Parts: sequence; structure tokens; C-alpha cells
Amino acid sequence: MNSLPEPILLRNRREDRPATLDEYRASGGYEALAQAIKQYTPRQICEMVKDSALRGRGGAAFPAGLKWLGVKEDAPHPRYIVCNTDEMEPGTFKDRVLVDADPHQAIEGSILAGYAIQAQRGIIFIRPSYEQGAQLLERELEVARQAGFLGKNILGRDFSFELDVHRSAGRYICGEATAQVNAIMGHRPHPMKGVHMALQGLWGLPTLVNNVETLACVPHIVRNGPEWFRGLARTETGSGTKLYAVSGKVNRPGVYELPIGTTLREIIEGHAGGMLSGGEFKACLPGGASTRYLPRQFYDLEMDYDTLKAVGHRLGTGAIIVYDQHTCFVGATLNLMEFFARESCGWCTPCREGLPYIRDLLWRIENGEGKEEFIPMLRQMAGHLAKSYCAFAPGAAEPVISLLTYFTDEVREHISQKGCPFKNVQKPRPHLWYPPEE
Amino acid sequence: MLPEELQERLQQKIAAAPRPRELAIDVMFAVQTHYGFLSDAALVEAAVMLGMTPLELEELATFYDFLYRQPVGRFVIHVCDGVVCWMFHEGSVFDYLCQKLGVCAGQTTADGVFTVLPTACVGFCDHAPAMLVNGVPYGPLTPESIDRILEKLRTEYCDLVVCR
Ligand SMILES: Cc1cc2nc3c(=O)[nH]c(=O)nc-3n(C[C@H](O)[C@H](O)[C@H](O)COP(=O)(O)O)c2cc1C
Ligand code: SF4
Ligand code: FES
Repeated sequence: MNSLPEPILLRNRREDRPATLDEYRASGGYEALAQAIKQYTPRQICEMVKDSALRGRGGAAFPAGLKWLGVKEDAPHPRYIVCNTDEMEPGTFKDRVLVDADPHQAIEGSILAGYAIQAQRGIIFIRPSYEQGAQLLERELEVARQAGFLGKNILGRDFSFELDVHRSAGRYICGEATAQVNAIMGHRPHPMKGVHMALQGLWGLPTLVNNVETLACVPHIVRNGPEWFRGLARTETGSGTKLYAVSGKVNRPGVYELPIGTTLREIIEGHAGGMLSGGEFKACLPGGASTRYLPRQFYDLEMDYDTLKAVGHRLGTGAIIVYDQHTCFVGATLNLMEFFARESCGWCTPCREGLPYIRDLLWRIENGEGKEEFIPMLRQMAGHLAKSYCAFAPGAAEPVISLLTYFTDEVREHISQKGCPFKNVQKPRPHLWYPPEE
Repeated sequence: MLPEELQERLQQKIAAAPRPRELAIDVMFAVQTHYGFLSDAALVEAAVMLGMTPLELEELATFYDFLYRQPVGRFVIHVCDGVVCWMFHEGSVFDYLCQKLGVCAGQTTADGVFTVLPTACVGFCDHAPAMLVNGVPYGPLTPESIDRILEKLRTEYCDLVVCR
């Protein structure tokens, strides 16, 4: 169980440095681009992606091919594609590893998306914490340009495409596709409701936003065919591999590329080296901070979109945050709510007002001031978050809802004992330290 | 005033962009790197170059984590307080760092060398607990490794990666 199956997206990952253009090409890199431009129409590429059943890896799991086909052939020009490398959700770091391992794969995927919707320009949107990745991409984009994969008349054909890096100054909401479009245009990055990006994205023109892992799959789909891609999955409805980013109380945190649908047990015990000594699996967040706690009873569940959906969960980004039995889940949820309350863009009331409210209730429970009636209040407030303007607040509600579903006893224990029962096991400290009073 | 060479470089970039406004963040980063932070005057300079109003830039500058509207130290430490790092906060990294430097969150040391800022997950959860110093990631942190890092920063030249 310890040996990794042949990686696809991370085939060129090395310990010490990113893969070069030559290394990428030696592994078949840019063959798909040449094939696409010479043998396939843009529409055929979209169809291939649709047939591959590739779903968006950025969290929402929307079928990529359908999104691409949403840009109609008679849609206006210029058109844009955005490669979303923002990745600011706590627990997610797969995109960093993906870009750092093999930058040209992300670049080729983006060019192929550009070709498929006949875009003129692509933008790689990247967070400030990944400045090293941004500099790497800029350097390799120039290399790709020199090699004739970018710019005017790519590979001598009549397809021209520019791709550049857009640096963000760091705010979680910028990961949301419509907010990202505002961010790129230099506007305050609040999300936009009811905007159909395939028609009116950047500067009111057709725009395709995809996660960088989604785009990185495309060269392999074009080269090996949609059926091959579907065959990589362990589940009936799944397709491809997944970069599972495992963090928390495991021996070997890191990114593991595995067939989608690998079980949680295999991921944790096999690949991530099992729990840290003395630790026992209590629950995980299967896909970053805006998913529901997945407790022990799902240890043997296949980690795929539909399998999780069937039990009322979401795979999200596949960033698996592992908690052991010493973790206080009121404390963990409080930490997450601090994050969401701080990162709320402030545009709509349920989110701007509701999240601090939830955070305060949890803070009181954690610190011995909890009351039984806080439990229905939390439920009600989490319910209100569904009425928000964008998907941020419903995402923030997920940990709270699952805290109340699976760990009500733990919450009650806090209330009845007037404090955190884990205080002596592990001390969840407040985040901010104030100097002792003179 | 910005040095002429920097002004020219930014103006060329702006002239080449299809829409100057796209470069708002890049220009603010460049100006911030020069002055150390974005003062009111710096913001106005950036706005003039971009053909935007200072208020339009202020809207952005106050929104983002990595744009500093107040003076900061030579090294800005973004300490992760995301949930993965929180799990490893027994003997909290944040507490230790603040105590060691004698500051609380958001403050700069008296000698103007370090500013400590709490930041959401910095994307190095596989190295938790983690922090960024001028954009360079460090982790997993312990009190001992923090001592070493601070000492090294104090005594050795260190290339600035992002902003200041
Ligand atoms: C609050 C919020 C944050 C998001 N952050 C990201 C992100 O950092 N990276 C990403 O790829 N998608 C993120 N998304 C999802 C995007 O809105 C969008 O669905 C995605 O980029 C589309 O690409 P995909 O279909 O390839 O996944 C976020 C969504 C929300 C609601
Ligand atoms: S839900 Fe939150 S992040 Fe989304 S628009 Fe409303 S305030 Fe902004
Ligand atoms: S939670 Fe600290 S780096 Fe991600």
C-alpha cells in the first residue's frame, strides 16, 4: 500500500527543483498542444474534455467540458481564460506543489483551454504567498514563448495566444471565480451574482475560469484520450487522478496523487504514513475548510465527488485535514470561524454579521460561558448563511453544521463542564498574544 | 518622490497594458517595496501613474493582506493562524514569537526590524506550523528554530521576495 501508483500530474516531481522544459517534453509535454492545433478543431477539444468527465478541482466540481462548451462558437472576441492558482483556503496546498513540480504542465493546460474556446489571452492568478511560484511561472512562460508555444502563430498555425501572471495581494475571496475577475480588472474583489462568465466575464467578454489542477489534466486527456482518463478512477462515475493534500496529525503530510476514489484509510494509513504516534483518527475535513467534518465511520469511503455526495458530504478541493482524538472540535471550529469572519468580503449581511455571531457563540462555549440554547442558535445562524450573496458563507457554515451533527456531545460537554474538556490534553490558545500588564 | 528610474519602468509597463487599472496591484507592490509601506503620499503617486483616483486605490489597498497602509518593519512576519497550524500550536508559535520580540499582533519592534501579522493559511500546511518572512516560507517551526531564524535575519543580508 505504500508504493504510489504511477503519477500522471506529478510524474516529473523531484525533490530539489522544478522540471525544466526539456524534462517536461521528454515526458510527452507539449505533444498534446501540437496534436490539438494540427489535428483537432477547438470544438473537438471541448468535446474530449466533456467525454473525459473531468470535474473542476477548485472545489465546486463542475464538469469542465460543459463549462467549456458554454462558450458558444459565435460568442464575441476577445475571449479570456483564467488559471486559478489562488488557493487560499486553510489546508490547501496542492496547487503550489503542482506548479512548483512542473510549471509547463500548467502552462500547456492553460494554452489548450485557450485554444478550445479560441481565446486570445490567458491569465494565471496567483496568491502572494506563492511569490516563488509566480517568479518560476514568469521565467518558464518566457521559455515557452521562446520555444514557440506562446505568442503569435503558435507552432506556425493561425492560433495566437498570450499568457501572463497576475499577482494577487492576498484575500481568500479572490479565489471565487467572479471575485477573481473583479480582482484582475483592478476592482474591489467582491463576487458578482448572476453573471454568466461564458458570456460576460473579464471586461464583459467570454471568460473561462478553471482551477490549475483541472487545466493540468487536459494535456493528458488530449494525448491519451477521454476513455483512458476515465479509466484512471477507482469509482464508476469518477475520472482521473486527484491531488490529495494531506495535512494535520499524520506522519507524512504532503500531496499524494492517487486514482480518484482511493479510500480515506488508504490515503491516511498507506500514503500519509498513518497517524502520528499516540494519535487516533477522529475526523477529517475532506476538502479544505469549507467542507463538513468526516468522522471515523467513513474511514473506508472512496474519496470521490459522488461517493461523498451520497453521504451528505463534499470532496471540495481534496485537501484532507486530519484531526486526532486530542483535538477539541469546538476549538477547531472556532479557529475556522475566525478565519471566515475575518475573510468575509463584507458585501452581504448574512455573512458579514452572521459569521462573527457564530464565532462569538463558539468562543463562549469554548471558554466556559456556553448555554444549552446556544446549540439551536448556532443551527439557526448556520442556516441563515445559506441566504448570502455568494458561496463563501454556505461554505463557512459546513464545519458548524457538521460539528452539530457529529459532535453535539462534545459541545454539550463544554457547556455542562463550563469549559473545554481538552484543556489539559492540548491547549487551543487564543490567536493574539497581548503583553502582560505592567 | 519615486526615483526616476522606477517611475519610468512603471510608466512603460502601464503604457503597454491594455487597461492600466489591471496593474493596480503590481504598481502598489512596487511603490510599497520602494517606500517600505503605502503612505498617503505614496498612494497618490501610484494613483496618478495609473490614472485612477486615490480613493479607487484606497479601496484596494485596505482590502488586501499584503498591502501595508501603515509603517512596517524591515521584515514582515506573516504567521499562519490557519487550522492546521493551530493544531500544532501547543506552546503556540505565535505566543512565542510575540513574547520573544516583545510585540503583540500587528506591532513592529522598537528597533523597526520586525512586524508580526497574523495571517490566514499561507499554503504550507505540510510544514505546519508555518510563517512567511518577506514572502519566504519557514516551517515546521519550533521555539528553537524561531530563535535561529530571527538571529539569522538580524545578522545576515536577506533578499526581499514580496513587498517588505
Ligand atoms: C469563497 C470561495 C473561494 C474559492 N477559492 C478558490 C481557489 O482558491 N481556487 C480555485 O481554483 N477555486 C476556488 N473557488 C472556486 C471557484 O469559484 C471556481 O469554481 C473554480 O475556480 C472553477 O474552476 P474548476 O471548475 O476548474 O474547479 C472558490 C470558491 C469560493 C466560493
Ligand atoms: S457571502 Fe460573504 S464573501 Fe460572499 S458576497 Fe457575501 S459577504 Fe462577501
Ligand atoms: S494552516 Fe498554516 S500553512 Fe496552512
